[in-house]
Amino acid sequence: MSELKSVRQAFGRGLTLAAEKQPSIVALVPDLTNSIGFGEFAEKFPERFIQTGIAEQNIVCVASGLAHVGKTPFMGAYAAFSPGRNWEQIRTTICINDQPVKIIGSHAGLTVGPDGETHQALEDIALMRVLPNMSVFAPADAVEAEQMALVLARYNHPAYVRYPRADMPLVFDNLYKFEIGKSYRIRDGRDVVIFTTGTMLAAVLEAAELLKLKKIDAAVVHFPTIKPLDEKSIVKYARKFSRVITVEEHQIAGGFGSAVAEVLSADQPTIQLRIGVNDQFGQSAAPDELLDFYGLTAPKIAKKIKTWYNV
Amino acid sequence: MTTISQIEKHALNIRRNLLKMIHIAGSGHPAGALGAADIMAALYLEIMNYNPKKPHDENRDILALSNGHIVPAQYAALAEIGAIAVSELWTLRQLGSRLQGHPVRTLLPFMEITSGPLGSGLSEAAGMALGIKMNGARRFVYVIVGDGELDEGNIWEGAMFTNKYALSNLIVFVMRNNIQLDGDTEDIMPLEPLSDKWRSFGWDVSEIDGHNIKSIIEAAERARAIDNQPSVIIAHTIPGKGVSFMEGDYRWHGKTPDAQELKKALEELK
Repeated sequence: MSELKSVRQAFGRGLTLAAEKQPSIVALVPDLTNSIGFGEFAEKFPERFIQTGIAEQNIVCVASGLAHVGKTPFMGAYAAFSPGRNWEQIRTTICINDQPVKIIGSHAGLTVGPDGETHQALEDIALMRVLPNMSVFAPADAVEAEQMALVLARYNHPAYVRYPRADMPLVFDNLYKFEIGKSYRIRDGRDVVIFTTGTMLAAVLEAAELLKLKKIDAAVVHFPTIKPLDEKSIVKYARKFSRVITVEEHQIAGGFGSAVAEVLSADQPTIQLRIGVNDQFGQSAAPDELLDFYGLTAPKIAKKIKTWYNV
Repeated sequence: MTTISQIEKHALNIRRNLLKMIHIAGSGHPAGALGAADIMAALYLEIMNYNPKKPHDENRDILALSNGHIVPAQYAALAEIGAIAVSELWTLRQLGSRLQGHPVRTLLPFMEITSGPLGSGLSEAAGMALGIKMNGARRFVYVIVGDGELDEGNIWEGAMFTNKYALSNLIVFVMRNNIQLDGDTEDIMPLEPLSDKWRSFGWDVSEIDGHNIKSIIEAAERARAIDNQPSVIIAHTIPGKGVSFMEGDYRWHGKTPDAQELKKALEELK
């Protein structure tokens, strides 16, 4: 496996780099500065760093107000609580207002690990993608996360970024260039296509290698932007492969796979296997144990795909 | 300089127009809006610094209306200052209208926040006041909140935050009319001792008669002079103020006047 690197720290690095060039950038946290990767920014720009205490409703409203007077706020918290606890304030003060606030949902997914189901956000993609004006992003690794911060700093609308507590294997090199709304074909294949987002990319690539041993040649396409979704590519791949698979560290209801299904059902009806968490909460355990238990490791993903493919 | 009697005349127009608007729309919240007419008139015609022709001027003072259901009073005030045409008022709550049932920031000049879901306006205004302070500008952010709205935890999160950052450029008017949808505030969820609550959160507190234009202006002047803490002005108001059969009756919180009631009300508002 390739080198593991902190996605949180990388996003925070990108935020700091963006802030060096863009004086309008401010960052807000509810008592989670280092935990979500904002420590570097806080140290470098103390006068642009806003500590709100543990108050998720207040923090997004404050961010909206800052945007109203010309600031570019990056507001970070744990995804389970923001957007978990403050969805209505995000809807009213950021989305209806179309304010350029970036909401960062750190510690998203099962890989929060031992903290347990209360802290494992598996519904945040669903919550955010239904909001008009809101865009939704999930980086796969540190390289992508850093670039995402830089690109979103110049994006003049609401955005939600989910990333994990756990370090992720590096998939991209420094030639990679993140663009909003674009999907990336990471692996070619002839038999079937796997669409994935965020933290699942590395496991999906490994699963594709395992499938190859079983004579299934899978293409892998990564979607760092969940909304606006790269619909053209989805339809194009569906036409080519006639069967698609989606993999995400999120509930299969309402998440990335659902978004893909919405596109396909309208434009290219295609049989789809949705892999994710199936209408369950998480629980306390080590991240790897959890991914295995919920069927999101490379062997489990490969097994599920093989069974489905051979039916 | 607008005289007190001129401002009172504008307040009267605001009351008349908001009742007509709600009547035409067929729904709305007359009692709270009538109660806010004097504060709206004082803010737009005397207290706030802005150019009615330049709603996006970067030096303008800001009014954030947090209890969005009383927005007909704000729309009517915007007509008084010529920011929108009086004729547009009659489109309230209709398909395609800029005058939404609750305020939407992006649709109209001088609408600074989107509100209606209660409790978020103070925090939003605090963000504005902090941003202004970071920019080193001298601008004031005025916030109107309802008293029933103070049931929301979000308000007290905002109150702590505003105190922490010593946002002395933020001034809150609490519309203390003692009613909310289901009845009296002290029955639904007791707020008293309300002044002590704000004081203990680090705010400067004053209490005024929210229908006395001179008191409203003086309280705002006093609040602007305080430079190390935020200010709250608890404005005692009468729901339905100016219309005898609506005054103090919580049932008019969300009830629409019919043609006869409107006629009777307009006769009183002369």
